[in-house]
Amino acid sequence: MIAGDRIIFEDVSKFYGEVLGVNRVSLSLPPGVTTLVGPNGSGKTTLMNLMTGLVQPSSGRISVLGLTPGDPNEFFREVGYCTQFDSFPRGLTGWDFVFDSLLLHGMGGANASKLAGEALERVGLLEAAHRKIAGYSKGMRQKVRLAQSIAHHPQVLVLDEPLNGLDPMARAESLALFEELSRLGMHLIISSHILDEVDRISDRVVLITGGYLVAEGNIHAVRSEVRDKPMQVLIRCDRPELLASRMFTLNHCVEARLHSDGQGVFLRTTDIDEFYRLLNGIATEGLVNIEAVAPADDDAHAIYQYLIGSEGGAS
Amino acid sequence: METLRQQPWSLWWMQARCIARIEVRRNLLTWKAAWIYVLAFVPTVLIAIHAVFDRSHQLLSDDTNVLAGIVQFYYIRLGIFFGCLGIFSRLIRGEMIERSLHFYLLAPVRREVLLLAKFAAGVYGAVLLFGSAIVLNFAFMYASYGADGQDYMFNGPGLAQLEAYLVVVVLGCVGYGAVFLLLSMMFRNPMPAAMLVLGWEAISPVMPSLLQKISVASYLKHLMPITVPGNGIFALLTVQTEPVRGWVAATGLLLLAAVVLAYSCLRIRTLEIRYTTE
Repeated sequence: MIAGDRIIFEDVSKFYGEVLGVNRVSLSLPPGVTTLVGPNGSGKTTLMNLMTGLVQPSSGRISVLGLTPGDPNEFFREVGYCTQFDSFPRGLTGWDFVFDSLLLHGMGGANASKLAGEALERVGLLEAAHRKIAGYSKGMRQKVRLAQSIAHHPQVLVLDEPLNGLDPMARAESLALFEELSRLGMHLIISSHILDEVDRISDRVVLITGGYLVAEGNIHAVRSEVRDKPMQVLIRCDRPELLASRMFTLNHCVEARLHSDGQGVFLRTTDIDEFYRLLNGIATEGLVNIEAVAPADDDAHAIYQYLIGSEGGAS
Repeated sequence: METLRQQPWSLWWMQARCIARIEVRRNLLTWKAAWIYVLAFVPTVLIAIHAVFDRSHQLLSDDTNVLAGIVQFYYIRLGIFFGCLGIFSRLIRGEMIERSLHFYLLAPVRREVLLLAKFAAGVYGAVLLFGSAIVLNFAFMYASYGADGQDYMFNGPGLAQLEAYLVVVVLGCVGYGAVFLLLSMMFRNPMPAAMLVLGWEAISPVMPSLLQKISVASYLKHLMPITVPGNGIFALLTVQTEPVRGWVAATGLLLLAAVVLAYSCLRIRTLEIRYTTE
């Protein structure tokens, strides 16, 4: 493990008085997109605030790329945090907000101006930049926060509910931006309740509930560890009934449900490796013409449902 | 010493100037600060009205005493006290209430630099308001005496008195500012604690001289060019202390402010953003 390129939590706990924030969390996150998933009040924002020094751990240690928030000069050059607090210093325009924050990095006016323009353009807010933030819509406020957090080109971007308040087009643009930043080798730590969309770009998930870490890792690996929930696979084919009956000859296939258009079947199996072996055999025999095979519950949403349940909803 | 020299002083200086500029813009040029302008300029308006409409002239020396009384009883004990309470408790606590402090805490700025820059901005704003009020008070008061007033200001003791009052204003803003900045970090509502400070300032004259050293007003008393004895209700606002030389009083007050600020720096290091509890 190279501490220098990882975000590391070592046995971190945080108590707010007698209220548990998070309890004995240990994580080691490599670059890429990590999604924090859990119900309201599960401790996701606490994890993010701990990571960025807005709250101090009651015990344990945190380091981000080998740095700690105790040295803000170095730390916040590498870290950007787009919080979900929907409030801004009074009287500022979007431009002032981003520009002022860059000046605090010790940049000269010309450089700060260049980077502010670049960041605002990246989130599609350049035209409205000279309007007061107080007059912005919720989506625009979300965008200006995002612009501020990426303007100084950090290596680690922490995003608390970054898709909140954005329309579908802006959500798609934001996700594309996150994917692009991830490809550049950045760390992106995202908490979002829009699991379907975040799922597309996530490399790994961290599931947390009641302040406890439930699971962590690559989405497919975590899903395969949930052995008590049979995997669901959608198979598009010309003879779904025949396929279902063949599959049911094996005792690990526990459920089959025909697709409404009659051109596919959902199958649930407790042994995914054996399942695919048999499916290959059927395809080779030529009895069924298989068009497509896709896991139907191998995503963050399903993992959330299985490990945490639906009460309270993800957030 | 070597470690001190290795610190990025120029970066801190640049950041502090940037923060101070932002803070002055945000906190001084806003309608929310209107009541502090009123607090600073109410005597100015009254003196101007007196100068324009009340031409039945008293003696110049009487008005000089009136001016000294305004500074001693109004500005030091009430105007600057409550003005600084308003200005300095906004700097940290106000931003926590408005949920915007995290933007500063997420910037690559040492928290001590942030605190001291905010303090400097507060002092700048308070001195600008109360200092210009004192200057205008002098201008309106002595302009109404025509040539005599001019002579008192430029050939008499007028300028030296103005200078002394401005020093009192600066030190008052530094002293009360440091105290209220700390109180606003210690308490969600600093008002009850401020009332205790007001009470302490009132009773400190009857305290032993050692305890008088932790009273801002008792230091300022020694710097007043003219002391007006308090009668009746004003006696409560009058500070009677052992005589001390001016430079000793000024140094003592600056040391008191430095100690309070040093403790505030320690506290801000562990400050947490928990807006839900505000």
